[in-house]
Order: sequence, then structure tokens, then C-alpha cells
Amino acid sequence: MNEVQPIRTDAENAIISRFPDFAKKQSHWGGAEIARERTAAFEILKSKGLPSRRVEEWKYTDLRAMLRDMPSPAEAPSREAVEVAAREKSAIDLSDAFKFLFVNGKNFAMVKAEGFEIYSLANGDKLPKAVSDTLARERKHALNAAVALNTAFMTDATIIHVPAGKRLARPIHLAFRHEGKIAQSSFPRVLIVVEQGASVTIVETQDGPAGVAYFDNALVEIDAGDQAEVNHVRHNNAGGASITLSTLAVRTGHGTKFSSFAMATGGAISRHQMFFDLAGKNAELSVQGATLLRGKQHADNTMIADHMAGGCVGRQLFKTVLDDNSRGVFQGLIIVRPHSQKTDGKMMSSALLLGDDAEMDNKPELEIFADDVQCGHGATVGALDENLLFYLRARGIPRREAEILLIESFVGDAIQHIENERVREALMSCASAWLAERS
Amino acid sequence: MPAVQETVERVRSIDVDQYKYGFETNIESVKAPKGLDESTVRFISAKKNEPSWLLEWRLEAFKRWKTMTEPDWARVHYPKIDYQDLYYYSAPKNTPGPSSLDEVDPELLKTYEKLGIPLREQEILAGVRGSSRVAVDAVFDSVSVVTTFKDELKKAGVIFGSISEAVREHPELVRKYLGTVVPSSDNFFATLNSAVFSDGSFVYIPKGVRCPMELSTYFRINERNTGQFERTLIIAEEGAYVSYLEGCTAPQRDENQLHAAVVELVALDNAEIKYSTVQNWYPGDKQGKGGVYNFVTKRGDCRGRGSKISWTQVETGSAITWKYPSCILRGDNSQGEFYSIAISNGYQQVDSGTKMIHLGKNTTSRIVSKGIAAGHSNNTYRGLVSAHRKATGARNFTNCDSLLVGDKCGAHTTPYIEAKNSKSVFEHEATTSKISEDMLFYCRQRGLTQEEAVALVVNGFVKDVLQHLPMEFAVEAQKLIAISLEGSVG
Repeated sequence: MNEVQPIRTDAENAIISRFPDFAKKQSHWGGAEIARERTAAFEILKSKGLPSRRVEEWKYTDLRAMLRDMPSPAEAPSREAVEVAAREKSAIDLSDAFKFLFVNGKNFAMVKAEGFEIYSLANGDKLPKAVSDTLARERKHALNAAVALNTAFMTDATIIHVPAGKRLARPIHLAFRHEGKIAQSSFPRVLIVVEQGASVTIVETQDGPAGVAYFDNALVEIDAGDQAEVNHVRHNNAGGASITLSTLAVRTGHGTKFSSFAMATGGAISRHQMFFDLAGKNAELSVQGATLLRGKQHADNTMIADHMAGGCVGRQLFKTVLDDNSRGVFQGLIIVRPHSQKTDGKMMSSALLLGDDAEMDNKPELEIFADDVQCGHGATVGALDENLLFYLRARGIPRREAEILLIESFVGDAIQHIENERVREALMSCASAWLAERS
Repeated sequence: MPAVQETVERVRSIDVDQYKYGFETNIESVKAPKGLDESTVRFISAKKNEPSWLLEWRLEAFKRWKTMTEPDWARVHYPKIDYQDLYYYSAPKNTPGPSSLDEVDPELLKTYEKLGIPLREQEILAGVRGSSRVAVDAVFDSVSVVTTFKDELKKAGVIFGSISEAVREHPELVRKYLGTVVPSSDNFFATLNSAVFSDGSFVYIPKGVRCPMELSTYFRINERNTGQFERTLIIAEEGAYVSYLEGCTAPQRDENQLHAAVVELVALDNAEIKYSTVQNWYPGDKQGKGGVYNFVTKRGDCRGRGSKISWTQVETGSAITWKYPSCILRGDNSQGEFYSIAISNGYQQVDSGTKMIHLGKNTTSRIVSKGIAAGHSNNTYRGLVSAHRKATGARNFTNCDSLLVGDKCGAHTTPYIEAKNSKSVFEHEATTSKISEDMLFYCRQRGLTQEEAVALVVNGFVKDVLQHLPMEFAVEAQKLIAISLEGSVG
């Protein structure tokens, strides 16, 4: 039977028609290697189109239908815009952080690096071996549609290198901000190489204007060496009309400790992808998420933990609170390769449906090829427990407050895993603010 | 638990690598010409003297099937099936259809005797447990050869027999319900089945009747290169109850055989259907050669208020199992249940699970699935639980556990949980683990051999499911579990 070639959508046409000019404009940097990568990524998009619900990994987030048009790639922002952006605060804004300010996808780093180094691919900086080795490594996630889109339209890659044994006391803050009233697309890209025994806290924030239908597609790759310790936290507070895709791709070494927390409250449609390659033995991976949605928001958390080596411990906990007509998605996959014995993996997704028309779609998968493992997953969906509400109300707490208490403790369960106290408190008050706005 | 000791003894009595139903019956048969086109469909329909509406229905399904592509999303791998290289109809020569036992070819009777299937009513009556009788419909390749206890069932108003007979004798019932649960356009294999189904069982339980005995169908594929496409239709009218068992075996052959059945259950107001399967098709040899491809569509429709459909399955056979017995919970307060044990060994591949589709208010469902993978096999649980916007008060509990025996096998879980309203509560849990060394050590310390210890632990692991099987099958199933696991330890 003939393969049916679906009619291209406006967004797909925009990608195809804009690419040649765009690639030419970017050809001044990166050389043949980047050009080849860029073209390969474009070819994937051209041949497969944007993924629709018929593509298993995008089953619940039909990008083809949701991304009606792809706005033009962002021009370099004006100086005023950058100044405005620099003054604004995010929900997590730590005064002592090394703050990288990305305005419309472009890095306007204002930090003086202490204890680490910053490079830019577009500037043609000479890279240390640890970084170039990481860049040369084949990326499993390169075929992913969001990653391919980022690769095809990247304008730079900011590289942060934390040398072996360096323990950064101050966190690194990647502040992604969209400015201006015109809907544009941005494709920021960051690679962080944390060498053996080093430790760092990374905070990512994503903000933008309400009412502008911009499109943001960020890729953050983190390579954490043996015994390294990385704590990563991100908060999606994108503008209410935006569509955002974000990918966190992590590779860990021997005995690495990696934690990641993803909070989402913003954006019309958002999808956060997490790919964890546990390449070394005895690593510890801890991933949590809290998603709070209302109106017609749609948020997708997709996570793959690939246990490529044995003895790793993985813990995942995702909490989703859905009000009104919002829709939450969780797709988790734990893969245990043959010979990855003594793997210990647990994955949990819980959703609280507050709105009658809210929808939660869970797909927690296990794919196990080794026998001496402990793996489990759980998923729950439900409304607020009437018994608990009754208990609180019987003690004189008004219904609204009782609800707030219960919801706070529900998401607090995940948020409490964040190690950095100030970040934890910032996100907790972010959740409280969301609840206070609830009608 | 006394049953466990029994199981252990049974394991001991069975030789390694022996699929004991692997023999072949030498019997002359009538076949449709090899291959599949419109004339094959007409041939089958003519053989059965079917009314024109059914032929039309088949032809339409066939037309649609030609435009469909074989699905490939399951975690199973097999060489492409050549649908033109199969016989779509094969019937033992001297059996014109279900008839009295005396007319049945003695060779056939011997086959069933060997399989331990009671076809002689008096024998059953003389059995150890006089009270627990089972009426059997025996399907051999493409036709039903005999149905027992028909007269007694008739007295209760129950219609039980082959579907071809039902088409002739109760066309209004068949026409009313056939294809209403699994439409002929449902999926590739169901559509193929709709076009070429040859026989199967038909059960009708009238209003308020509790079926006086267990009903059972026994499927046997005998002929070489024959696809078996049976169709089962069970209707339980208001307040009726029926428990139905299904068993199946096939001879040991080097080539693969296709079995693509469709089972439709309809439960009206407050009716209950309990459907149990012990699937023991030939699984192929140690190197993964041969075996049955079991690509089956099973679905129950809880059409009435307060109706209940319960699926229990023990899957040990087949080279590839690909099936998802499902419940559509349409009626308010209806209930769906799915209890499954899937055991894979050798190079077997299992991709099985269930779908619980909550459409009515206050519907509940429960899924308990235990997968055991040994040898080089892969065992996947795939399931869907969904609640429609209007299905307020829907409730589901899912528990799917997997056990791995050895390090060459794989166990996978792919659940889909979709809640579209806030008044539904879904809980899902799954674990995968190895048989605990502590437990094995404990058993061995008490004098059990390694294999006995494994059988004991596994039996404990699957107990939740076994207790939902009718008595006769529970014993059978425990035996099967032991057989399937031997050779996987040490």
C-alpha cells in the first residue's frame, strides 16, 4: 500500500521555506561540522514533518496540530529590550547567582565566571578537550523532533565548563526571557560539562510576555562526570499564549549524583522532555516535577531514564494539579538494559483534577531486560479527597483554605526534594501564589 | 497450600521439553483451496449454507481488509505472514457438522480423549465430582464437531452451540449482535476474521437465567498450514449469568500457524459473564521454531446497567500472543475485571493486557496482571484505562507485576491511563523484580529443590489470579505454570 503523504501544515511549510535562508545566515560560524548537523536535523523534519498524535512519543501532545504556524526566528533584540529584560525578576532569582540572560534565545551573559569557564560556539572559541569530546559524542536524542528543530535553527551554543573537582558555591542561573510584542521563535542551546568530582547547582527560568504567541524551543545538555554532583531546577513561567518546548538531555558517569526538578505554571502549551542516560555505574538520579495548570493550558512532562549501567538508583515523582479545562500529560519510561543488574528504579505520577473538564493522561512505562532489578511505577488520578476536606472543615477551616492546604501539601511532596533551600522556598511560594489566584 | 505440593509433583511427572498436546491426528479433511480471495469467502459461506446477509457482511469485511495494513506497534517480531499461503477452511471429512456423538469420526473422539476433553456426557456424569459438569463445544480446525449437554441446556432456555448452527437456527439473534462489539472494521485481524471466520461458539442466556453448568469451548488446530479463524458470541440477557471456559491446543509443527479469533460478549442489565481462558497453543521448540501466532481480538460490552464482565486468562502457549481482552463499561454501575497470568519461555513473545473504557457513571474496573518471563522470551503488559467526560465516579485499580527468571528475557509494562473528568479515581501500580533469593533459600533449606522452590514462589505470585479461575481450570493452570517454568532455572 502506498504511504499517504499528509498535506504539510503552515508550520511545516514555514520550517521548510525559512530554513535555506536561515542556514545561509548562520553559515559564518561552526564550520562544516555544525552545517552538517544542521542539515541532517532539517532533513529529519522535512521528511517526517512535525510529530502528530500518531507518533507514539507525541501521542498526547500533537505538535503538528498545536503548532499552527512557526513564527519567524527571532532577530537580535534591541539594546533597550535587553536592558528591560535585565531589570525583570523571575520567580527564582537568587542574588548571588551567576546569571546568564538569554533574550529571545540569544545569550547576553553578564556574569564574570569564577571557578568555571564560558565559551560560545558562534564566536569560534577554542574549546578544552573535555568539551570537544562531549560535543563529538553521538546524541541518541538527535532524532527527537524538538531537538532536531532546535539543531536546525540554533544561532549559538553557550558552553559552560566546570573543571574537575571544582565545587561551585554559587548557583548558575540560565534566565530565558522573551521580550517584545511580536511573536517570534527562539532556539536557545546550552551545553554544560561538569567534570569529575565537580559540583554545581543550575537554575533555569523561562519567562515571557502574556498575550504574545511566541514559540520557544530550548535544549540544555548536561554532561556530568564521575562522582560529580549536579542539582538542576527549572521553572516554566512562559507567557500565557506561548508554545514552549524544552529538552534536558543528561549523561551521567560513575557514581554521579544528579537531581532535576521541573516546575511548570506558564505557557499555553508546553512540553518538557528529559532524557537521562545513566552511562556509569552506581549513579543516583532523582527527578521531580510539579505542574499547576488552569484555563486551557496543556503541559507535558516526558521522561526517559535509560539505565545503561548497573547499580544505579532512580527516583521520579511528578505531581500535576489541573484546574478548569487544562490538560496534563506524563510519559515516563524506565529502560533497564541487559547487564544493568542491581538497578533500583521507582517512578510515580500523581494528578489532582480540580476542574470537572480537566484531563490527565499518564503513560508510565517499564522496559526491563535484566533480571536482578527492582523497578516499580505507579500512577494515580483523582479529585481532592472529600474525607480529608471534611476532616479539616470539621476543625473549623473554611473549605477554600482547606483545599489550599491539601493542594499545597500535594505539590509540596515533590518540591521538598529540592536541596537548595532558597530555591525550594521560591517555588513553594510560587505554588502558593498560583493557589491564591484560584477563583 | 495443598495445591502447591500437587503442582510440584506434576512438574516432576512431566519430562523436560514436552508439549504433551503436540501430537497430530491423521484424519481426512476437506479444505478450501489455498489462498485468499473473494471466492474463498464465498466458498466458506456456501459450505455453511449461510444466508445472503452474512455473505454480504463477509464480503464487505474482505473488501475493507484488502485496504488495511498489518499493524506493527506491538512489541512482537515475526517474519511477514503470507496470507496467500494459508488454508482458510479445513474440516474433518466425515463430519457434516455438529451431530450426535455416534456420527463423529472415532479418530476425532480419540483426539479429544487424548487431550482429556470429556465429550461423552455419561462419562462426565460418572466423573468424580458429579455436581460439577461442563458442557463442551469442540472445534476442530474450522468446524465445531460436537456440543455436549445441549438438551439439558435447552431446558433452561440456554442456547449453546456452534455459531454456524446459530446462524441457521437463530438468525435474528446473530444478526442483532454479531459485529456490534467488535465491528468488522475494528482492526486488521478482526476484519480478516469477519471475512473468513469458519466456526466458533454461540451462547445465549435468556433473561433471568443462571446457566446451570459451565460452558466450554475447546479449540484444536490440526491441519497443516491452516489458519484458524473462529468467532465467539456470548449474549447474557437481563439478570443472566454464565461462566464460560476456553481451551486450546495444537500439534507440534515446524512452521508457524495463524490463529486470529474474535470474541464478542454482550452483557445487558445486571447480567454477568465470566470468561476464562487457558491458552496452551503450541509455543514452538527450544530454538523458537514453529508455534502458533495468537492474534486475537476479545472484547466485552457491558451494555446494561449494573452488568459485569470478568476476563480471566492464563497464557502459556503460542509463539506470539497479541491480545487485549477488553471491557466497554457503557452501562451505569457496570463492572469490568481482568485477571491475567502470562508466562513466556523459550523464544515466546507476549504482548497482552486489557482496555477498560469507562463510559457510564460509577463504573468500576480492576486489573490484576502477572507476567513471568523466562528463557529468551519477552513479556509485555499493555493496557488502557480511560474515563470519558461523562463517566463520573469511574474507579479503576490496576496492579501489574512482572517476574523475570534468568537474564536473557525482558519484561515490559506500557500502561495508558487517561482521565477526562475530575470525578474518576484511577490507581495504577506495577513492579518488576527477580524471584527473591531469600525466598528461594528459605524453601531450599526446607528440602525443596531449586525448581520446586521456583514453582512454589511463582504459584504464590500468581495466586491472586488463579483464585478467579473456575475450579477445573485452576488445577489445570497450576499444572501449566509448572510446565512452562521447567528448564528455566539453573
